[in-house]
Amino acid sequence: MMNYLIILAGAMMIVAAVFAVEAKKILDAVIAMSVVSLVSVFLFIAMRAPDVAITEASVGAGLVTAVFLVSLFKMKGGDEQ
Amino acid sequence: MRRLYAILIAAALVYMLISFISTVPGYGKVDLKERVSDAFLSKSVNAQNAKAWMEGKAIHRQPAKEIYGKKAKEEGSANVVTSIVVNYRSFDTLGEVTVLFTAALGVGLILGGSRRKRYGREANFVLRTSTGILVPLIIMFGAYIFVHGHLTPGGGFPGGTIIAMASLLLYLSDEKFFLSKASTGVLEGSMGGAYVIIGLLGLAIGGYFLYNFLPNGVVGNLVSAGIVPLVYIAIGLKVGAELSGLVTDLHSEKEG
Repeated sequence: MMNYLIILAGAMMIVAAVFAVEAKKILDAVIAMSVVSLVSVFLFIAMRAPDVAITEASVGAGLVTAVFLVSLFKMKGGDEQ
Repeated sequence: MRRLYAILIAAALVYMLISFISTVPGYGKVDLKERVSDAFLSKSVNAQNAKAWMEGKAIHRQPAKEIYGKKAKEEGSANVVTSIVVNYRSFDTLGEVTVLFTAALGVGLILGGSRRKRYGREANFVLRTSTGILVPLIIMFGAYIFVHGHLTPGGGFPGGTIIAMASLLLYLSDEKFFLSKASTGVLEGSMGGAYVIIGLLGLAIGGYFLYNFLPNGVVGNLVSAGIVPLVYIAIGLKVGAELSGLVTDLHSEKEG
């Protein structure tokens, strides 16, 4: 059971990573990167590394996505001026 | 066709989340010996057969070397990762904190300003109301993670990041909210200095930098592991103030 879940999580990460590279809008790419981080949190928990999982959840899935989104909107605002 | 792919991917995600939850045993039926935290407390993360655990078979544990409640032999932190990160390799962590400081300094130099940037639109009612309920809980959770860094998984860096997420939520929900540069800067500087001062005290007492000069105590107690909780509190407050300052830089603009 656990093995299939880990393989499924890895496949989801590959799909999200390919989508992040191929996406036409930067917003979609940022969200796909966030999905990669979120699924890797489950992988870290399954592989018994809770320290890394907590750090990945707060930094990778939380703050980095927020900083990317805010700077993306800042760039768009600069284009209009 | 795109919608079909989207539905397939979303279904796979939902299936994965639900199946991970279904592997968690029901209320009151937890065998604490199978928990990761038990392995942490007995300091034998690798003692269990990892392959058998992944296949869901029975776990044969080797006898633990150090047990919860006993007096610590070498250093008293229950979480074995923490004892490496801020005890044996503490100088490395000091360098890591410096790297984060340099990154925040770069963002501040490029984007920093003295005035709050206004977007000219009020936040949603749901966001404003839930922020008032959630922000104290988020800050308390972040503080819990770095205060208990030597007992449970976690530590100064994720705890500080969670506190910075609380300030980000305040920035998103309130157009007028603005953290002053002085408050975050003073907290960050004093806590970074406190880390170095703890290291210099170790140099004065024990003979080398960041020496663990306090008594180790009992494994699993809140006050144990010598200087590790002090260092993690300093790191947590420093990283929290630093990343809150970074969020402030992102939401500010220059005068004129």
